[in-house]
Amino acid sequence: MLHPVPTLKETPSQTAGPYVHIGLTPNFAEIKGVYATDPGSTMLTENTKGERITISGRIFDGSGAVVNDALVEIWQADADGSYVAPMGPNSNSAPAFTGWGRQPTNAEGIFTFETIKPGPVPGPDGKPMAPHVNLWIVARGINIGLQTRLYFDDETEANGKDFVLNKIMDPRRRLTLIARKEDGPVPRYMLDIHLQGDKETVFFDM
Amino acid sequence: MSGIILPGADGALYQRDRAWHPPANTPGYKSTTFRAPRHALLSLGGTASELTGPTFGHSSLNPLDNDLIRNYSQDGSEAIGQRIIVYGQVLDENARAVPDTLVEFWQANAGGRYRHRKEAYLAPLDPNFGGCGRAVTDENGFYSFRTIKPGAYPWPNGVNDWRPAHIHFSVFGHAFAQRLITQMYFEGDPMIWQCPIVGSIADKSAIDQLVARLDRHNTTPMDALAYRFDIVLRGRRSTMFENKLEGN
Repeated sequence: MLHPVPTLKETPSQTAGPYVHIGLTPNFAEIKGVYATDPGSTMLTENTKGERITISGRIFDGSGAVVNDALVEIWQADADGSYVAPMGPNSNSAPAFTGWGRQPTNAEGIFTFETIKPGPVPGPDGKPMAPHVNLWIVARGINIGLQTRLYFDDETEANGKDFVLNKIMDPRRRLTLIARKEDGPVPRYMLDIHLQGDKETVFFDM
Repeated sequence: MSGIILPGADGALYQRDRAWHPPANTPGYKSTTFRAPRHALLSLGGTASELTGPTFGHSSLNPLDNDLIRNYSQDGSEAIGQRIIVYGQVLDENARAVPDTLVEFWQANAGGRYRHRKEAYLAPLDPNFGGCGRAVTDENGFYSFRTIKPGAYPWPNGVNDWRPAHIHFSVFGHAFAQRLITQMYFEGDPMIWQCPIVGSIADKSAIDQLVARLDRHNTTPMDALAYRFDIVLRGRRSTMFENKLEGN
């Protein structure tokens, strides 16, 4: 069946600018009393099913300096591999989990999410994709939001079969998406994100 | 209420026209120099991870969330400046309304001063103006808010660069790959055409899409002028779900 061609053009992107926190994390920006909490600051309740983890990352620019004014959003499946949204592909989503988080980077360029480890989600071919978290990064100097994924270094077998990772021709660049586990009471997965240069993270056009 | 992905069904978003959007590296806007990736983007057909996205109910909003004239009032006073209503429709590329989606906005005050600890501009803060707000689109995709018109402000780029009056917008749509942040400008502002951030967009008609129109019909007499700013998000090729939800 044929489709009508698009009749409108997408609104063009612009940078989020250095004061993105005013609008998207106002309490972090010390604008108190407008919103009770910053949107996306809490993803879990005590009823959320799944393994508690911390996802953390540090963002660097092409000169090696940390990016201390970025804003990061994540979108991930729940422990069963379902996206908690009306448009989610499965029906058994865990209602106690938002799937979406938003955090600023701090003075050291570090962002941190308290979340759960996602379950595997079916890919377009029906085969499971390796567990992953989608990231979207905006900041001063970024004209259009950067999209990437975070994978887990203790999912070696699944990562080896993941069709997105396998699209990356240079195997060394696949490693830019794989967070390393640091053990603790709550396991922490750490990913360095490089916007530019020799260690540049793989970003997607999706 | 969940849909089912039909195996092999074509439900992807239209390819993003990255020549219409600003490229990553735009030297006139100096901050892009070290923040623009040098490698080509890796093209992905959308999977469930990109074609779903968070949803936000109307019930999560407070009554003053879309009234920046009053939502940061410290002593019952209203913010100082030119009172305006900004409203518009969120559509997709197929010209279908995008209902029930979160729109967030932030801006400087009437003097061009942001309420942010990194901001050092000498124009004063307005004690009754915070500068943030949000709305969820209605069943026809419309949002609206009340605010004061922001002032132009200087910024450290060129030695004498000034941003035109602008309001930042963040829009979700219904898929994480529709996520968009942009800026709204005001009809007739001569500063639009000298700004390196505006100039990061090559196509003049794309820039024109960011310019809100004065709308006298929706102006509130003796109170507030109105500006209309419609927002277009990426459209989908076709129905990917058995049950036809909004956006398909």
